[in-house]
Amino acid sequence: MAARSAGGRKGDGAQAPKPTMDSLLATKEIVVACGPGGVGKTTTAAAAALMAAVNHGSKVLVLTVDPAKRLADALGLDGIGNTEHRVPDSAFASAGVKPRGELWAAMLDTKESWDSLIRQHAPDEQTRDEILANPLYQNIAGRFIQSHDYIAMERLYEIHSAGEYDLIVVDTPPTRNALDFLDAPERLADFFSSRLLRWLIVPYRSKLINVATKPFYQISDRILGTEFMGDISEFFILFQTMYDGFVERSKAVGRLLSDRRTTFVVVSTLEATPLREAEFFAEQLTDRKLHLGAIVLNKVLPDYLQGRAGAKVAEVMKDRAEELAGELAPAIGSAAPGLGDPAQIARVLTEVADSYLNFQVVALREMEERASLGVVPDVLATVPFFDTDIYDLGGLLRLGEQIWG
Amino acid sequence: MTPLLDRKLVFVTGKGGTGKTTVASALALLAASRGKRVLICEVDAKGELAGYYEAPPTGFKEKEVQPGLFAMTMDTESSMREYLKLQLHIPVVGRIGPVAKAFDFLAAAAPGVREILTVGKLCWEVRDNGWDMVVVDSPATGHIVGQLAAPQAVNGLVRVGLIRNQTDWMLDMLSDPAITGLLAVCTPEEMPVTETIELAARVREETTVQLAGVVVNRVLPELFGRNEEEVFDALAGPGPLEELDGLVGGDAAPVLEAARLAVTMRRTRSTHLERLREGIDPQVPLLYLPYLFAKSHGLRTTRQVAGSLGEELGL
Repeated sequence: MAARSAGGRKGDGAQAPKPTMDSLLATKEIVVACGPGGVGKTTTAAAAALMAAVNHGSKVLVLTVDPAKRLADALGLDGIGNTEHRVPDSAFASAGVKPRGELWAAMLDTKESWDSLIRQHAPDEQTRDEILANPLYQNIAGRFIQSHDYIAMERLYEIHSAGEYDLIVVDTPPTRNALDFLDAPERLADFFSSRLLRWLIVPYRSKLINVATKPFYQISDRILGTEFMGDISEFFILFQTMYDGFVERSKAVGRLLSDRRTTFVVVSTLEATPLREAEFFAEQLTDRKLHLGAIVLNKVLPDYLQGRAGAKVAEVMKDRAEELAGELAPAIGSAAPGLGDPAQIARVLTEVADSYLNFQVVALREMEERASLGVVPDVLATVPFFDTDIYDLGGLLRLGEQIWG
Repeated sequence: MTPLLDRKLVFVTGKGGTGKTTVASALALLAASRGKRVLICEVDAKGELAGYYEAPPTGFKEKEVQPGLFAMTMDTESSMREYLKLQLHIPVVGRIGPVAKAFDFLAAAAPGVREILTVGKLCWEVRDNGWDMVVVDSPATGHIVGQLAAPQAVNGLVRVGLIRNQTDWMLDMLSDPAITGLLAVCTPEEMPVTETIELAARVREETTVQLAGVVVNRVLPELFGRNEEEVFDALAGPGPLEELDGLVGGDAAPVLEAARLAVTMRRTRSTHLERLREGIDPQVPLLYLPYLFAKSHGLRTTRQVAGSLGEELGL
């Protein structure tokens, strides 16, 4: 808008400004941070939300799955429950900033989210209580892996529908397959509408067993026992009462993810394995016509490790360590009395040079990985290797400034 | 505590990005190089395991990837067919597709069924197929407890039936620390260490499997000995640095800067190492593996890690 008209006045071809994380977060309502495990996804999501709150004067929520303890503390999350908390101004003050907007944070509690979903969809109190007490349900809600994927997206939908926030940044749960959460709404709908499900339920309800299904029940009874099959079937019969609500809801969640107000930020490092996974994920987003807003590359080693000139200096330092140490000894001795031992200086020079050459191998590998990146998003942000952990708003700001553009 | 290589069934887990598969493949290679007949099984199937041995992709049927070392990829459907046929003597599954499908559906719906098929297959390999050691490249820390606790969970849900009869002997095997152990992999960073400490607690409370060790991967080397950091600081001061630039005929600042980064990184990490040692039962050995400044993954890396692991185990 402003930038474009300024460009127009200059008459330089009126190019649209290059998108940045700043412009991306200013225009979208939902940002889904995804990618392989162990790459700093949670921290990146928190940093992006923080930057939006600081710079855009909007009300921002970061919905996080499993933050590090100290990060959770910094965000004012006490580690229990689904409640949304506002990050206090005092926390910002100690980081030396005054936000224009508000930053809110919430954690995802899978069990509690499932329970509230059941309460919402159950047709009557009796069904609700029976489902909540069903041993199979308790297992599914608490432990069933796919249930995390679904519930994260479901919570996102619920919060977005309430219309409380200008921007919601959601961190996705660690999954075996980074794509699982995208399919979760559809899979759940499939699951409840499945013919197999009806198949499974009918005989226990009506005791009518036809020729086609008979072998199945004989085998299942033999393996699992009639009692367990009864539990399963009771659970699904109860769940059937909520079927329409669930399917409707999971379709709405799917629509929200593909809405143009939603964007995806893929987070990775430049290590080969996570990067391949991230790349595959980015391709899948594009194939599904979902909006790939940005790729954030975390923990990238600094540029000064790449130069051939640096390597040459390191090689000389290593090869001529003793000679150099002899030359440097007087200067070092006078700078720090008692430290002028040439043998010790030579050891330090060798260690320092070796360390540079070692890290250069890794830095060059990273550079090659980045060059081979097959997907080009609107925004490609690189975050350097911070030498300390990020555990407070100050740290998040440092990270945020790197991705802001 | 039973030494790691004397156990017959070792589950290897770790937070994503810590090098779980690297450690699992190295452990299997180490055991095989010491004359054991070893099976390594990839459970969290991403199809990457074969690459650690420069071997073609693996499947449900094990293949020899190195002398004495066989690799397989877990597949619950194949496992179920085999299980029904060999354990329950129900040879019908191959013919009736819908039944297999229905079981797959049931496995998705009933927690523990899929897990029991995985753990069951592994226990069966140990008991009946004469392996000296079975190494499992297991799901990440968040999911391993559910898998190892599956036999109890199923026992809680299923009170009769053939599955129930099977879970009892599986539990016996998993609970025996002379046979089974869990190896957790982490890196000296905040989240991996926190997760490992939490994992140790959950494994103790919710499963019957013993934590046999924690591998601390990617430990950075200590650059400087006594007084040497002071020497380094003096060297990086304006006078000596300028002199060094002149002597080497180039800009030495980036080289010193890199060393500074390495020192700070190691220092930050050492606090996490202390936290790990305090948070884990002192009986559980910590095995330290160095950061590898290697070009890429593959058999060469696997061998290097196996070598370091052997040294840490005192072999």
